[in-house]
Amino acid sequence: MRKKKTRPVHAGLNSQLIRRSMQRWFPLFLLPTFIAFCIGFLWPFLQGIYLSFFQFKTLDNMNFAGLQNYLKAFGDASFVSAFWQTAKVAVVSIILINLFAFAVAYALTRGIRGANLFRSVFFMPNLIGGIVLGYIWNTIFAGVLRGYNTALALNSTLGFWGLIIVLCWQQVGYMMIIYIAGLQSVSEDMIEAARIDGANSWHVLRHITLPTVMPSITICTFLTLTNSFKLFDQNLVLTNGAPMVFDAGQQIYTTEMLALNIYRTFTMNWKWQGVGQAKAVMFFILVAGISLFQLSATRSREVQQ
Amino acid sequence: MKKLFALVLVLALALMACVASAQEGKVYFLNFKPEADEAWQALAATYTANTGVEVKVVTAASGTYSETLTAEMGKGDAAPTLFQCGNKAGLDTWGEYCLDLTGTDFYNEMTTDEFNLFGENGEALCAGYCYEAFGIIVNKDLLAQAGYDISGITDFASLKAVAEDIHARRDELGFDAFTSSGMDGSSSWRFSGHLANMPLYYEFRDDGVTEQPATITGAYLDAFKNIWDLYINNASTEPSQLSTATGDQAAAEFGEGKAAFYQNGTWEYANLTGNFGIPAENLAMIPIYCGVEGEDKAGLCCGTENCWAVNVKASEADQQATLDFLYWVVTSDEGTTMMAEQFGPIPFKAAKASDNVFFNDANAYIAQGNYVVSWAFNYTPNVDAWRAGVVAAMTQYSAGGSWDDVVSAFVDGWAVQYNNQ
Repeated sequence: MRKKKTRPVHAGLNSQLIRRSMQRWFPLFLLPTFIAFCIGFLWPFLQGIYLSFFQFKTLDNMNFAGLQNYLKAFGDASFVSAFWQTAKVAVVSIILINLFAFAVAYALTRGIRGANLFRSVFFMPNLIGGIVLGYIWNTIFAGVLRGYNTALALNSTLGFWGLIIVLCWQQVGYMMIIYIAGLQSVSEDMIEAARIDGANSWHVLRHITLPTVMPSITICTFLTLTNSFKLFDQNLVLTNGAPMVFDAGQQIYTTEMLALNIYRTFTMNWKWQGVGQAKAVMFFILVAGISLFQLSATRSREVQQ
Repeated sequence: MKKLFALVLVLALALMACVASAQEGKVYFLNFKPEADEAWQALAATYTANTGVEVKVVTAASGTYSETLTAEMGKGDAAPTLFQCGNKAGLDTWGEYCLDLTGTDFYNEMTTDEFNLFGENGEALCAGYCYEAFGIIVNKDLLAQAGYDISGITDFASLKAVAEDIHARRDELGFDAFTSSGMDGSSSWRFSGHLANMPLYYEFRDDGVTEQPATITGAYLDAFKNIWDLYINNASTEPSQLSTATGDQAAAEFGEGKAAFYQNGTWEYANLTGNFGIPAENLAMIPIYCGVEGEDKAGLCCGTENCWAVNVKASEADQQATLDFLYWVVTSDEGTTMMAEQFGPIPFKAAKASDNVFFNDANAYIAQGNYVVSWAFNYTPNVDAWRAGVVAAMTQYSAGGSWDDVVSAFVDGWAVQYNNQ
C-alpha cells in the first residue's frame, strides 16, 4: 500500500533528466545541513571525547589525566544509582507510552466522530517544551499531593511515578501520530480476506495489524528509548533528584537520572569537570549501543508487503 | 564645500579616536548580580562616553555564575577582564587567573582589606567591593499592630514568644509571623546558606577555626533546629508544602504586609522600599536568634562574597583599562553614587553614604559592642553540592521526616564534599 503510493514519486526521481542534475548538485544541497551537523554535533562530540582524558578548567587550560576521569566515574556510587534509575524509567515509560499510544491510535482509526479533533488534542502536549511542561505538572502534583500532606520531592516512589505520568502525557500524542500512519497503511483487502476466513478482531490485530505496523513500533520504541535515556528537563524541574540519601560515602539522589547526574558532576567543581565529561562519553556509548541493539531486534520482525 | 570638507575631517577624527581607543584596551565585566545589571550597563555607557574606552558588561543568569564564567574564561582574548571571585571555592578554581592588585591605584583607594581574599604568598587576588549583612527583616508597623516592639526581642525566647503569639492571632491580625521558608531553588539558599551559617559560625568560633576544616561536628545543630522549627511552624505555608515555595512568594508575603518577619539581607532593601513601597522607617533588621548562650550580644551576619578579580591572562592593555575603570568606579561621582545605591556602604575612601536602613542597623549593633556573626559558610567545601544535600534533608524534615537526616546532610555531607574537592 505504502509502496503503491510512493511509486509515482520514485518514477519521477528515476527519470534520466532529474537524476543527472541531482548527481551533480546534491553536495550543494547537503552542505548547509552538513555544516550545521559539524558545528552542532560532530566537532563538540570529538572535542568532548578528547576532553574526557583531561583535567580542565577552561578549554585552553588543561592537564592530561589519562584514564583517571573514567576510573573516578566508575567509582562514583551516584553514577551507578542514576544508571539504574534511568533503566527503570526507560523500561516503564517504553511499555506504557507505546501501549497507550497504540491504544489511542487504534481507537482513533475506528472511524469515530471527531477523530481529527482528538488527534490534535492528544498531540498538543508534545508542542510544549520540557521545562514548561515540568513546571505545569509540578504545580498540578503539588496541588493534588497537598491533600495527602506530601510532595513529589519527598518520596522517591512518588517522584518516579510523577515523572512517568509527565513522560506519558507528553509523548503518547506524538507516538500516536506515528501509529496512526502505520495503522492507515494496513490493507483493507487483507483484513476483509481474514474476516471471510473466520478471523475475529483479536486474530486480525495479532496476525495482520501488528506485523504490518511493526515499522511504526520500531520507530516508536526507538524514540521512547532514547527519549527516556536522554531525559533531563523534566527530571530537573520535577524533583531535581530529590530525595537524597547517603550511601557508600556519597550523596545519592534517588530520582536522579544519568543526564542530570552528569550535569551535577560537571558543575560540582572544576576537578570534576573531566569526570563529568568521561561520564558523558560513557553515556553516549551506552545509549548508542542499546539503540542499535534494539533497532536490529525490532527490525527483524518487520514484514515487507 | 568647505563645510562638507570640515564634516569629513571631523568624522575622520572621530573614527581615528575610536580606533585609537580600541588599541588602548577594553573592559569586559562578567557581573554576578542580576539586580544590579541595569545600573552597571548605565555606568559602563557613561564611562565609554567620557573616555571612549569600551566597557562591556554581561550579567550571568541568576545562579549560573560559575558555569558562565567557566565558558567565558575559555574564550582567550575575548575572556572577561573583570570577574567575581568571592569565596574559597572560587579562589581554588580561579586563583591562577587573578592579578595581584597590591599597589594599584584602585587598590590603594580601599579602606580595609577585611573583605579581600589573598593568595598563599599574601597577594591581594580579590578585592571585596562591598559587604552585606543578613538577619531577620522586621516590619515594625505590623509588629506594633500586634502590640510588640523590636526592643523587646533580644534573644531566642523573646523572638519565639512574639512569633508564636502573632501566629496564634493571625486571623484576627490579618498577617502571620514569618514568610514562607521556601525550599525551591530561588529561596532555599536563604536557609542552606545563610541560616546554616549560624551553627557553622558558633562551632567555628568555639573551635577557633581559621581555615577550611575537613570535618564538622554539628555542635550547634540543636540551635539550628530551634530557629527552623520556629520559621516553618509560624508561617501561613504548610511545612509539607515548602518544597515548591519560591523566593518571590516570600518577598511578596512580606512586601504585601502578610508577614512580620522575613529572613533576608541588605540587598532586599531596594526591592522592599521600591517595588513594594514599604516606608523605610517601618523596616529594621534584627539578628538571627537561635538559642545560643550569650546571643543577646549578637549582631547581624556581615561579610561578603562580592569580590572583584582582574584577569591576569588578559592582555596588558586590557588589564590596565580594567584597573582604570575600577579606579573611576570607586572615585568618580557617578561611580560612587551608583555603588552606594546598589551596594550600600563600600570600603573605599570616596564612598558615598547609603540610605539603606539595614546597613545602619548592622553598624548600630557593632557600635553597641555586639559581636559580628561572620560568614562562616565561606569555608563550605563544594558549596553548591553541600547545600543541595542540606536542602533535600530540610525539605524532607519539614514534611514530617527525621531531623537526623538534616544532621547527616550537615556533618556527613561536609566530609563527603571535602573529599570530593
